Amino acid sequence: MLKYQFDWSVVTSGKYFYWLVSGVKVTLQLSFISIILSFLLGLLIAIMRMSNFKPIRWFSIGYLEFFRNTPLLVQIFFWYFGSYKILPEGINSWLNEHNFEFASAVIALTIYTSAFIAEDIRSGILSIPKEQMEAARSSGFSYLGSMRYIILPQAIRLTVPPLIGQFLNLAKNSSLAMTIGVAELTYQARQVESYTFKGFEAFTAATIVYLFLSLLITWLVSEYDKRFLKIIKG
Amino acid sequence: MSAFEFSVIANNIVYFMIGRYPKGPLGGLGLTIYLAVVSCILSFFGGLILGLMNISNRWYLKYPSQLIIHLIRGLPLLMVIFWMYFLLPAVFGKTVPETMTVIMGLTIFTSAYMSQIVKAGIQGVPKGQMEAALATGLKPWQAMLYIILPQGLRNMIPSFVNQFVSMIKDTSLAFIVGVSELTHVATQINNRTMAYPFEIFTFVAVVYFMICYAFTTFSRYLEKKSTWKKTI
Repeated sequence: MLKYQFDWSVVTSGKYFYWLVSGVKVTLQLSFISIILSFLLGLLIAIMRMSNFKPIRWFSIGYLEFFRNTPLLVQIFFWYFGSYKILPEGINSWLNEHNFEFASAVIALTIYTSAFIAEDIRSGILSIPKEQMEAARSSGFSYLGSMRYIILPQAIRLTVPPLIGQFLNLAKNSSLAMTIGVAELTYQARQVESYTFKGFEAFTAATIVYLFLSLLITWLVSEYDKRFLKIIKG
Repeated sequence: MSAFEFSVIANNIVYFMIGRYPKGPLGGLGLTIYLAVVSCILSFFGGLILGLMNISNRWYLKYPSQLIIHLIRGLPLLMVIFWMYFLLPAVFGKTVPETMTVIMGLTIFTSAYMSQIVKAGIQGVPKGQMEAALATGLKPWQAMLYIILPQGLRNMIPSFVNQFVSMIKDTSLAFIVGVSELTHVATQINNRTMAYPFEIFTFVAVVYFMICYAFTTFSRYLEKKSTWKKTI
C-alpha cells in the first residue's frame, strides 16, 4: 500500500535539522515574550474588571468578551494587515523597519491570551476570603495598597498552575503565527516538507517537540501543586 | 485615520456569507457553520467513546484512550490538521477533499477535549445511581446507557455549548488547507481589494464575535439554570 521511503537523517542532521531547531527557538521566544506581556496585561484587566467605577468595568468586560469570542487567526490577520489604521504613524514605521511579522504575532497572542489570563487571575482573587480585604482596609491600607500587598501575593500563587497551562496554550497557539510568515516550529516543519518531500519525518519531529513541551509543563504543574499549593491551602 | 469604508463590506456581503453558492460550492460563513456543526456532532460521539474508555476499569480500553487524549491535547490544532493532510491520503490510498481533511482534524482534536467533559459529567452522577441500577438487575452497559448517561449528559450540556464556541473559532484554521470558510474568504477579498484590510478583518471579527458571544451567553444561561435546579 505504502511505497514511502523513510529517511530520518533528513531531520536529525544537516541544514534541515537547523531549520527545525531555529523553529523551536522562535516558538519559545514567541511564547516567553507573550506570556510575560499577557500576564501583565491580564493582571491589569482583571483588576479593572473588579473596579467599582462602571466605565472601567464595562470596558474590561467588553475586552474580555470580544477577544475570547473571536478566532485567534482573525486577530493575527487583523494586527498584521489592518493595524496600520489604528496605530500611530511613528509606531507603524518603527514596526515596518523591524520584524513586523514577529511583532504582530506577539501583539495578537498577547491580547488573546491576556483575556484568558485575566479570568484566571480574577478567579484567583475571588478565592481569597473577603475578610482579608476588609482586614487590610481597616488596618489602613488603601484599596490598591491592599490589592498590592495582601490580596495579589496570595492570588497570584493560586494562579500559577493555570498560568503555566496558559503558557502551554501559548506555545501551541503560536503555531498560527506561521500564517503570516513567522518562522516558528510548524512553519519550519512545513518548510522542510516542501523542500524534501519528507513530510512524515518533519512533522514527527515537530510533534515530538510539542509533546515534550506539554509533558514538561504538565509535570511542572503537578510538582507545583505538590510542593507549594499544599502550603498555601493549609 | 480615514473613515471606516463600509462599501467594501456591502459590495462583498453575499460572498462573505455563502461564498459562490448556489452557483458554486458553499463558502464563507455558511461553510464555517457547516464545518462547526458537522465536526461538533462527530466529536460528540468521539468524545463519548474516548470518555467511556477512559473511565473503564479494563486496561485495554483505559490506556489507549489515555494515550490518544494526551497525544492530541499536547499538539496544536494546526499540527493535527497537517497530520490529517498527510495521513488520510495514505490511509485511503487516494486524495481526500480538503473539507474532509479539516472535518477529520477538528473532530479528532475536539474529541480529546470532549472526552474530558464526558468524564467529568459521568463522574458528577452520584455513585448510588450506578449501584441502584446494578442492584435492579441491569447489566453494566445497560446501567450506563439508560441510567447514568441520560443524567450525566444533562450536566454536560453547558460545556458542550462552550466547546461548540471553540469549534466555531477553530474552523478558521481550515484556511490553512485552502477551505474557503469565512476567514479564507476574508483573505481572498483582502487580496483582491488590497486597500481595506482594516475594514475586512474588523468585520469578520465582529461576525465571529456575534455568533460566539450568543452561544457563550446561552451556555451561561444553561449553567445558571442547572445549578438552580440542583439547589431546589
